[in-house]
Amino acid sequence: MAITDDVLVIGGGLAGATAALAAAERGVQVRLLTYKQSTLRHASGLIDVLGYAPSGKGPLADPFDTLETLPEGHPYERVGSDAVREALLFFDAIVGDAYAGEHTDANALVPTSSGAIKPTARYPAGVAPGLASDPRETLLVGFETLPEFDAPLAAAHLEETGAPFEARGVTLSFPGIRRDDAKVTRYAHLLDRDETVDVGRGETSARAALAAIVRDQLEGESRVGFPPILGDDNHATVRRDLEERLGVDVFEVPSGPPSLPGMRLEDRLYDALDDTGVRVTTGVPVVDYEGADNGRSGASSTKRIEHVLVDRKGRDVPYRADEYVLATGGLVGKGVRSERERVFEPIFDCHVEASPDRYDWFDGDAFGDHPFARFGVTVDRELRPLDTEGDLEFANLRAAGAVLSGYDFAAEKSGSGVSLATGFVAGDRAGSEVRG
Amino acid sequence: MSDATRPTDDHVPGDDEFDPIEVFPEADEMDLRPGADNCYKCSTCDTNCPVAEVDDEFPGPKFQGPEQWRLKRQSDHDVDDSIMKCSNCMRCDHACPSEVPLSQMHNSARGEYVDERMSKRSLEYWRNRLLSNYRLMAHLGSKVPRLTNFVMGLTLTSVFNEKVLGITSEREFPEFATETFREWWRARGGSDASRERAQAAREERGESGAEKRVAYFHGCYSNYNTPEVGKALVRVYEHFGYEVVVPEQRCSGTPMFANGMLDDARRAADTNVSELAAAIEDGADVIASCTSCSMSLRQEYPELFDIDGVDDVSSNTWEGLEYLRVHEDLEGELEGTRADVPNLAYHVPCHARNQGLDGQAIEVLTTIDGVEAQDVGESCSGISGTYGWKEEHYETSMQIGEEMFEHMERADGDTGLTECPTCAMQMEHGTGYEIKHPLEVLEAALVPNSPGTERAATDGGIDETVGPNREGQDEPFGAN
Repeated sequence: MAITDDVLVIGGGLAGATAALAAAERGVQVRLLTYKQSTLRHASGLIDVLGYAPSGKGPLADPFDTLETLPEGHPYERVGSDAVREALLFFDAIVGDAYAGEHTDANALVPTSSGAIKPTARYPAGVAPGLASDPRETLLVGFETLPEFDAPLAAAHLEETGAPFEARGVTLSFPGIRRDDAKVTRYAHLLDRDETVDVGRGETSARAALAAIVRDQLEGESRVGFPPILGDDNHATVRRDLEERLGVDVFEVPSGPPSLPGMRLEDRLYDALDDTGVRVTTGVPVVDYEGADNGRSGASSTKRIEHVLVDRKGRDVPYRADEYVLATGGLVGKGVRSERERVFEPIFDCHVEASPDRYDWFDGDAFGDHPFARFGVTVDRELRPLDTEGDLEFANLRAAGAVLSGYDFAAEKSGSGVSLATGFVAGDRAGSEVRG
Repeated sequence: MSDATRPTDDHVPGDDEFDPIEVFPEADEMDLRPGADNCYKCSTCDTNCPVAEVDDEFPGPKFQGPEQWRLKRQSDHDVDDSIMKCSNCMRCDHACPSEVPLSQMHNSARGEYVDERMSKRSLEYWRNRLLSNYRLMAHLGSKVPRLTNFVMGLTLTSVFNEKVLGITSEREFPEFATETFREWWRARGGSDASRERAQAAREERGESGAEKRVAYFHGCYSNYNTPEVGKALVRVYEHFGYEVVVPEQRCSGTPMFANGMLDDARRAADTNVSELAAAIEDGADVIASCTSCSMSLRQEYPELFDIDGVDDVSSNTWEGLEYLRVHEDLEGELEGTRADVPNLAYHVPCHARNQGLDGQAIEVLTTIDGVEAQDVGESCSGISGTYGWKEEHYETSMQIGEEMFEHMERADGDTGLTECPTCAMQMEHGTGYEIKHPLEVLEAALVPNSPGTERAATDGGIDETVGPNREGQDEPFGAN
């Protein structure tokens, strides 16, 4: 017996979770299968829609102005800008007041840990007081044991970029952390649980100790930025507590992986999956599929996926559904893989366009226009993968997120937006297909 | 021309053949280099490590795996003693986006540390060896279960254990059953009786054709401590027409891996692989009721040991519910059945999660009328087998478990549910709840007159294979 559901989503990142939630909205039984934890744990937690045009123009004040002009084959062109708006509304409903930015189409400008400014469409509520468009003076606080955020350097860089406020950075010693390489989860855990720490002058709680050393540094600034370690499960409480103790606004400065804001977003999405009745299976990969011709000839002869095979530690177990969504990620998430002579999609072997000569895959300039950044499956406007001839690979497969070709998310700052929009459309169509 | 346009790894232009270089020609152990090279230091594993979250003295899985592996290539670097703080929960395996075999690296490093750096005359070594060879203790203890339970319950014993051996006195030793699973199995008539029962069940079900057979790997805990789990498995499988065989077996090795006792584990694996491979040869699939036992047979054996038949055993081993779900119409069978059980708070063992079993118990069991089960979330229980028994790790273990305890208390149920016997120990220790195994709930729904009860009269007869517990029959759960 295959394990059977109506819609099967393969991949558990932003695109996969959104697809599963959108399909479940249609009232069908959905399962989400994910091999490894998603790359959301590497993600800043910001929801970018489009920060720069594919031509490099930007930062863009309003992503929607440019969405209409994207080249054919870009995922946004495939789904259309209305779908992008709908997907953002869907996202806003899922995350509630944990995120901000829904009041406007315009991009917000968020300072990041290097002191650069990033254009983004939605941002965690804990990032909101730090926006670069806000003219208030700012104190940035870094910690000796967290070298990825050098607060004085970030502050200097922020002023250099022309931010409309004065920024100052200080580096302190985090109360209760002794070790140079304590994990970000250790900092978050200390604050989440407000554990008792020894600060040399006796024991106190972690939040009180942190507030005390930061208060000494304040020189009239009305907001303080920290690296994103202000709690995990109890992030909102930790931030509020610090604000009350300091009497100023407290915000987080998004930084590189591993990233608590990405993990918090992942938790929100998985809570929503649980609430919606989506079945989640983790830890095992989909390795293959079995398909069947539908017996018809001509244009309607497209193959269907009967079931996929999941490798449960050496034994393949069949999982069956009517409709499938492929949301396995790109080169980093391993939804697209490469060998020395080819680039391929490993589960269904959907066509991936790439030169047979691997020296054509990249540009000589490190920050140049790399073809590999756009590798992925090509899809029709229903997000169904197409073969070399431009025909459907399968009648009941859709693709979403970084597995899609035609966009460079790193250069465009469009990763989250594409995952949301295509995940929403793929899941919604798959769900309504089952409902008939 | 930029450097990137000219290949540096091709000796002949245009020739794409890749020639791997023999880096360590003298190596006779497993080459973990490809795994180490896959690590691009994203640190996702570190954010999943439950030990690193509560103890900043622990450098985390990225260090214990790929980084330590590289350091060890230098002759002046020994394995760092922090490896003994790793609890072997294997959550890092599931975290890694780049296919680094972290737990395999940890197991190898731990084995090397114990071999080369831990004094064989130290109390720690003998304490760890004692804990990891639980089966041996249990085997002796269960010969006189009442006496053993009495002695283990004495204050004097627990003081001795903590002060001399370093086994925490905070925990109560699990009680030994007065009759082991294997004793019950033999008294019931062994596989001959099972064959007859299976035959009768297949006739009852109108199944013609091939015999169905499974070999049960009960592991130590359901043999010595919770034989009701093993009995539930036997009765449920016989209900579906399976003949159950119970091969000779030793410990799966899980506690030995976690303590770096790879030689002990290897000896146990030799017996298990040859016995189970023989059962597979005879047409059986291997079934385990403990998810750490199935993890060991499926993943750790082939990763660590080169034994004849090890891959066969790996690919033919299943968890108890998983097998039925794939080979029978389990949910169809459960449709319309009823089990009167208290609301359940379910915890997924970390090792079950890595086998793709995380949603399974709730998906299957909630198709039974009268069963309400709630997942308490992805937190680790923190006990990790023998880890939480060590005096020096008890606090860490309880700090890790805190989140699970809170989630359990917030859930509707006040009976726990899990597949893993040591998670069950921790759940009980932290909340005081009684803990059940999913197979016991399945038994309550499918097998009339038997749920959790110890009635020799029923066990001796063939009548326990009649139809499932249909709606309207009132079966108390856990009546013992």
